Amino acid sequence: MELQITWFVLWGVLWAVYFMLDGFVLGAGMLMNVIARNDAEKRVVINTFGPVWDGNEVWLITAGGATFAAFPTTYALMFSYLYSALLILLFALIVRGVSFEFRGKMDNLGWKKGWDMAILLGSLLPALLFGVAFGNIFAGLPMDAAGYHGSLIGLLNPYGLLTGLLFVGLFLQHGALYLSVKTTDELKERAEGIAKKLWPALLVIAVVFLAATAAATSLYDNYFARPELWAVPLLAALELIVVRIMVGRGKLLKAFAASCATILLVVATAIVGLFPNLIPSSLDPAASLTIFNSSSSQYTLTIMTVVALVMVPIIIAYKIWTYRIFRAPVTVEEVTADDHAY
Amino acid sequence: MDVVTLSRLQFAVTSMFHFIFVPLTLGLVLLVAWMETRYVLSGNEMYKRMARFWGKLFLINFALGIVTGITMEFQFGMNWAEYSRYVGDIFGAPLAIEATVAFFLESVFIGIWAFGWDKVSKKVHLLSIWVVAIASNLSALWILLANGWMQNPVGYVLRNGRAEMVDFGAMLTNPYGVWKFYHTIVSSYTVAVFFVLGVSAWHLLRNSNPEFFRASFRMASYFGVVVILLVLFTGDYQAEVVARYQPTKLAAMESQWETASNVGIHLLAWPDSENERNAIEAAYVPGVLSYLAYRDVNAEIKGLKDFPKEDRPPVLPVFLSFRAMIGLGTFMAFAIFVSTFFVWRGTLDKQRLWLRLLIYAIPVPYIANQLGWLVAEIGRQPWIVYGVLRTSDGVSQSISVSQVVVSLAGFTLLYGGLGIIDIYLLVKFSRKGPEEAQPAAQPILKEA
Repeated sequence: MELQITWFVLWGVLWAVYFMLDGFVLGAGMLMNVIARNDAEKRVVINTFGPVWDGNEVWLITAGGATFAAFPTTYALMFSYLYSALLILLFALIVRGVSFEFRGKMDNLGWKKGWDMAILLGSLLPALLFGVAFGNIFAGLPMDAAGYHGSLIGLLNPYGLLTGLLFVGLFLQHGALYLSVKTTDELKERAEGIAKKLWPALLVIAVVFLAATAAATSLYDNYFARPELWAVPLLAALELIVVRIMVGRGKLLKAFAASCATILLVVATAIVGLFPNLIPSSLDPAASLTIFNSSSSQYTLTIMTVVALVMVPIIIAYKIWTYRIFRAPVTVEEVTADDHAY
Repeated sequence: MDVVTLSRLQFAVTSMFHFIFVPLTLGLVLLVAWMETRYVLSGNEMYKRMARFWGKLFLINFALGIVTGITMEFQFGMNWAEYSRYVGDIFGAPLAIEATVAFFLESVFIGIWAFGWDKVSKKVHLLSIWVVAIASNLSALWILLANGWMQNPVGYVLRNGRAEMVDFGAMLTNPYGVWKFYHTIVSSYTVAVFFVLGVSAWHLLRNSNPEFFRASFRMASYFGVVVILLVLFTGDYQAEVVARYQPTKLAAMESQWETASNVGIHLLAWPDSENERNAIEAAYVPGVLSYLAYRDVNAEIKGLKDFPKEDRPPVLPVFLSFRAMIGLGTFMAFAIFVSTFFVWRGTLDKQRLWLRLLIYAIPVPYIANQLGWLVAEIGRQPWIVYGVLRTSDGVSQSISVSQVVVSLAGFTLLYGGLGIIDIYLLVKFSRKGPEEAQPAAQPILKEA
């Protein structure tokens, strides 16, 4: 029993870290065309995350792989039920990934404009679709013993779209703060200004989301059963407020750190609410996919636990090391001088 | 077409497309790491320019390998949900381990390498490319162990309505997976060998940067000699493994219908599945197949007729792919030896016809690699897990024909477009050649 819980926690951690890390890449990608006014500035934006975006996306691959290895039934049903939504998500992520590499490879205005659009869509669509998918998971998918009764259009219900909007808002704010730390001069000022302007909107979305969650999902049941758990969403709200305070004081690195914490805690809030479900059924509670009825055998979970306990700290260590290597802000001069940059 | 056929077609399109980029990545990263090692050891700037030039081509290729890899992980669940549910307990583990032990390393350190020329020391920079090289090959190991398990399932029991892992070690040492890894990995390297030979030949013909491309050519040809010998050796061994664990595949590879001892091969043959015989058979060499499969000219080979029709793979595509792969492999061995001979004799620049041929030879190892996968995957049919689960039983229940038609069309269009762009950029930057050599004094200032 305990290993399932360990893997539920790890599953949550993988998604949370993925959203925290790719969140600022998606956010910066959405903001690139707004914040950057010329080609050199756009290249600066792309190069702020150039060395790290690929490693960030691996958290998604690992989250997918961990779902497969630890909860194969959930992996199988989730991916086949959400087929069309995942397909669009995949296409968007594929296009985004190659656009970073391809954009700077030709000195042609039409070429660059095309990839600028690809970066915008390749960032906006995943942010939105991840939100829509998770919103629908929070609310439960229409599935029973006979299978799945939903559709792509059905996923675009108000609560799903609201969660999508929340993700987009969180990532926009996160991306703006990242850019404010990783750029200089005018770019930095613009990024800071956008972060300030976004915050009230994000707050409104978050409040509406929290209220709608009470109506559309059973996520709060666990909280009413164990009131001490309310600390998690309270901390999430607190961190969101810290973001605004730090931006106001001009302490942008701290604001970005608080934004990281906000995203981690928002995911934690949802994960705590889901437990022990991975995907609840909106039709028949008995058809919900839980960590107990969809998990791998104890033997497999034990092996995977050993792998995770050994590897995850190592991964975190060299990732921190990389972020330290590339901690300096990216400047226009640097980007135009280095041939290897994007 | 039904969901099964469409999903198989989609898996073929997406995995074969993915495998256009993967083999070049696996081999080219080793050559780039070697070039940079020579730069760090000798201080010779030319090797730095080599690492940067070939490294740039590596990165253009790498980008598509990465993004098309995400598809691979998603579509087991999307299109093959019954398979994923049934085998996830044992098949999911190598995929998840691949991400944690290999893919993370590869993705993080390629960032350091591509962006860190002026940010980390020479030695750390060199270390980063070696980490990428080792991690990408390690990544291939886990993926091929997973595939090896589908070919020869080991270390599991059927329990709770699925295949559950009981022996992780058996999966790691699965002879089918291990030999598949060896053969696939060294075969992948041939792509990099011919890529570097071909691009260098193009420049040598135009006398652009002759010293630079002669050195590149030399490294690729030496590497090629080692690699092609390993390809032949591992291919030979893998055939033995196939004979032992997948007799239906072996029989299809050689279009062998009757069970017999002392079986040879027909250099010319054409299978006729309908009548369970070969329409054409000529130029018989006795004993060869028995020997290759069991190291004994008198060994018995099981013919296709010994297996029920519903358990046999489609013979013609397996047979033809295998023959064509062997043919192209032989050509590659010949081309590598001849190229190395010219390098050794120092007459490379004069062999204009040969250099021109090498440009056109770039696609050959790509095709041979794809053919090898066709033998492996079509030859496993009708099973998705050999002898355990049929392909038709592995498909998702909840997806419709129209969904898969749309996704297959989408993948074909998107991949087609990206593939054209990628090849265009590879050609463009291959032709552009290396950066200008800097005046002797400048690098010192730049390093400071």
